[in-house]
Amino acid sequence: MAEDNVTTPLLAANLALLAARGIVHSYGGKPALDGVDFTLRAGEVHALMGQNGAGKSTLIKVLTGVESLQAGDMTLGGNRIVPTSTLDAQRLGISTVYQEVNLCPNLSVAENIFAGRQPLRAWSRGGGIDWRALNSRSRELLASLDVDIDVRRELGGYSVAIQQMVAIARAIDISARVLILDEPTSSLDSGEVDRLFATLKRLRASGLGIVFVTHFLDQVYAVSDRITVLRNGKLVGEYAATALDHAALVAAMVGRSTETATSRTQTGKSAAANGKAASTVLSANGISRRGSVGKVDLEIRRGEIVGIAGLLGSGRTEVARLLFGLDRTDAGSVAVEGKPVSLRDPAHAIAHGLGFCPEERKTEGIVEDLSIRDNIVLTLQTRQGLWRRLPQSRVRELTDKLAKMLDIRAPSLDGTIGTLSGGNQQKCVIARALATDPCLLILDEPTRGIDVAGKTEIMNRLVELAAAGLAIVFISAEIEELLRVSTRIVVMRDRVQVATLPGGCSADEIYALIASAPADASTKATPTAAAAGEAAA
Amino acid sequence: MMRGLTQRALFWPCFTLVLLIALNAFVNPGFLSLSWRDGHLYGSLIDILNRAAPLALVSTGMTLVIAARGLDISVGAVVAIAAAVAAVLIGGSLDLTGGESPTRFPMWFALVAALGIALLCGLWNGALVVGVGMQPIIATLILMVAGRGIAQLITGGQILTIYHPPFSYLGNGFLAGLPFAAVLAAAVIVLTHCALTLTPLGLYVRAIGINPIAARIAGVKARPITLALYGFCGLMAGVAGLIISSNVRSADANNAGQLLELDAILAVTLGGTALTGGKFSLAGTALGALIIQTLTSTIYSLGVPPEVNLVFKAALIFSVMLLQSPEFRASVLRIATRPAD
Repeated sequence: MAEDNVTTPLLAANLALLAARGIVHSYGGKPALDGVDFTLRAGEVHALMGQNGAGKSTLIKVLTGVESLQAGDMTLGGNRIVPTSTLDAQRLGISTVYQEVNLCPNLSVAENIFAGRQPLRAWSRGGGIDWRALNSRSRELLASLDVDIDVRRELGGYSVAIQQMVAIARAIDISARVLILDEPTSSLDSGEVDRLFATLKRLRASGLGIVFVTHFLDQVYAVSDRITVLRNGKLVGEYAATALDHAALVAAMVGRSTETATSRTQTGKSAAANGKAASTVLSANGISRRGSVGKVDLEIRRGEIVGIAGLLGSGRTEVARLLFGLDRTDAGSVAVEGKPVSLRDPAHAIAHGLGFCPEERKTEGIVEDLSIRDNIVLTLQTRQGLWRRLPQSRVRELTDKLAKMLDIRAPSLDGTIGTLSGGNQQKCVIARALATDPCLLILDEPTRGIDVAGKTEIMNRLVELAAAGLAIVFISAEIEELLRVSTRIVVMRDRVQVATLPGGCSADEIYALIASAPADASTKATPTAAAAGEAAA
Repeated sequence: MMRGLTQRALFWPCFTLVLLIALNAFVNPGFLSLSWRDGHLYGSLIDILNRAAPLALVSTGMTLVIAARGLDISVGAVVAIAAAVAAVLIGGSLDLTGGESPTRFPMWFALVAALGIALLCGLWNGALVVGVGMQPIIATLILMVAGRGIAQLITGGQILTIYHPPFSYLGNGFLAGLPFAAVLAAAVIVLTHCALTLTPLGLYVRAIGINPIAARIAGVKARPITLALYGFCGLMAGVAGLIISSNVRSADANNAGQLLELDAILAVTLGGTALTGGKFSLAGTALGALIIQTLTSTIYSLGVPPEVNLVFKAALIFSVMLLQSPEFRASVLRIATRPAD
């Protein structure tokens, strides 16, 4: 963090390391990029910003050869390049680390770093892989990123943050000119983010050009030198990070003044007023599950939004899983609308009127090759049962209505859901839960990986739904989001509920609870070693 | 227009089948001829329909299991078990007096029992996959190996001959001029298609095949559905077993349905069903079964000597698979359309 104020050495400020001019790209006639320019200099961290569907991912795909160049040209160090595949881009010196780590969890850390290019022993010594060199070089490489782990252990045993570091180590060892990080921080907690940023600063100082894609605005300012903003496939502008303040950045991204983008969700508190007399939708008394989460008490009334705050690994997701029957409880009781229930599986929870939007959109939420309509009606259809198939007309009517209500933007609702941007996919998963007309909606990080305008929009919808009488459990890593909509906030730490605060509390109170040392007398359940380790990391 | 046609999912299986039939017609001019004899249609094509029926039935079950990310390599053994059960229960001996030979149990009872056992075999596979959490290939490998042993136990290690004449109708009889087995297979495929499209079952199967975790969270009861699909696959193998044993009027525990599981997987693949699950086509599978049977006929009609029979079949299958591979077609197209230097 000491390097914060050091101006980065813009090596030959005018000379672009990687320059793209007039990039045009369209998917089946639908333009995704329309004449976009992008310039990356050596020794800078360059943030690429834009809403979902702005063209960030497409630009990155073109730069790294995943998508072929349709029009425009690219130069790297002054030479024209036309990368034809990621491998080709890698050979040229452009490496990418994706949001979902693309490594093999069942191989060791060192094997992952050197997969496909293992150091070999001389034939005189029997040939084969030189394991000693492999491991020692991996250790050195990770040490240069300030990571000290056992490189012989399986990668899958380490946290996502470490896996990301390993991916970065592999990327820079293969080709160290341009490093592209696509939403690297979306699954890291704040300590891990700091560590990643320290690494980025060190790599920047060594002359690497780094492209950084993220949705977290604060993080942009923490590391970036310059910012390029895209909107609807067009370049909005390139700015020095110091010359573009928070509000101006948001305005550039959403194309409207920030007042409208940030100050709309003030109605959250009114729901609390209605909530006084409203009936209890769900009450959980001391539910727990060994090795997962210890003793949680919750009571949610109609029209309330109960927020769950906590760090990654604090047990916030586990609570949602227990409530939805994805995991069974060991102890405690749950009652839905006054009737005691023991939730065996999701289908059972759905039958009792619960709706769930899981944390991992891609692996747990969407069914990628099904159409948008099928994805949205799936849960309602399962609740209807095998003998009562929803007629096509009803499916159309319902999906059209929900798509309009949640503002799902798709060329056609008959297209597959995989073609939508992340934010729109998320809205489809929420629409799926809403289609069953639930009495309680459980949302685990519904705003993760979604741009600012999308977040605001989703939260506005939640407030509207609550005002209409829906009870909502809202889990988010972003305390400000929770404060904006919640009538009450449950704080989790080390897999135990540590407090329940009223909606009007301050962010500092929550931070203090999350950060305070664990293991006071009131916490009965013992956090598992894994949980403690994760929280401490 | 041509491009639109080749993009259709079933175009290439159809094209392959037509090509094989054309090859046969070229070598053997009488191949396409159909005539009416003894109150039914007669000809090579009809023969192929009849012989393809057991494979089409087994492949139909296999398609659904594969669509839900499973696999069943025990179908050949289940064929043997069903045949053995039917043979033992029907029993009887050669009766030269010309009358109906007596059966040990009524035929309907033998058929129901054979199908019931086949269904149980399928459910056993499903229970191992769903309940115990075994890998499908391993779970069904158990019955694949054990099944032949069970069939031998039932038949007492003998090849049992079934003398009861009505039983031979299944594999040799005709209904409305067409082979009964082919009509039965077609009816089963159509009924299965209806069951998948008129109820949300098809949607569930696709959801489970594409993303089982998301499907479960969305409320799809993946476990009972998967169990039922394995049961259905076993039942289909049972029907196939009855047809096969009826066709040869005997139950051979060692050879009935030998390697049928591999032919079924091949038929499913030829029809355009993804082995990774989610995407499936029953019509494609039916075409795949017809392709495989036509291929076998081709070998006979070309007069390939028995000693090179298998090599020749492998070469034909290899060509068919290349023809169906989009990557291969694309690269051929590239070479063909490359401007001459």
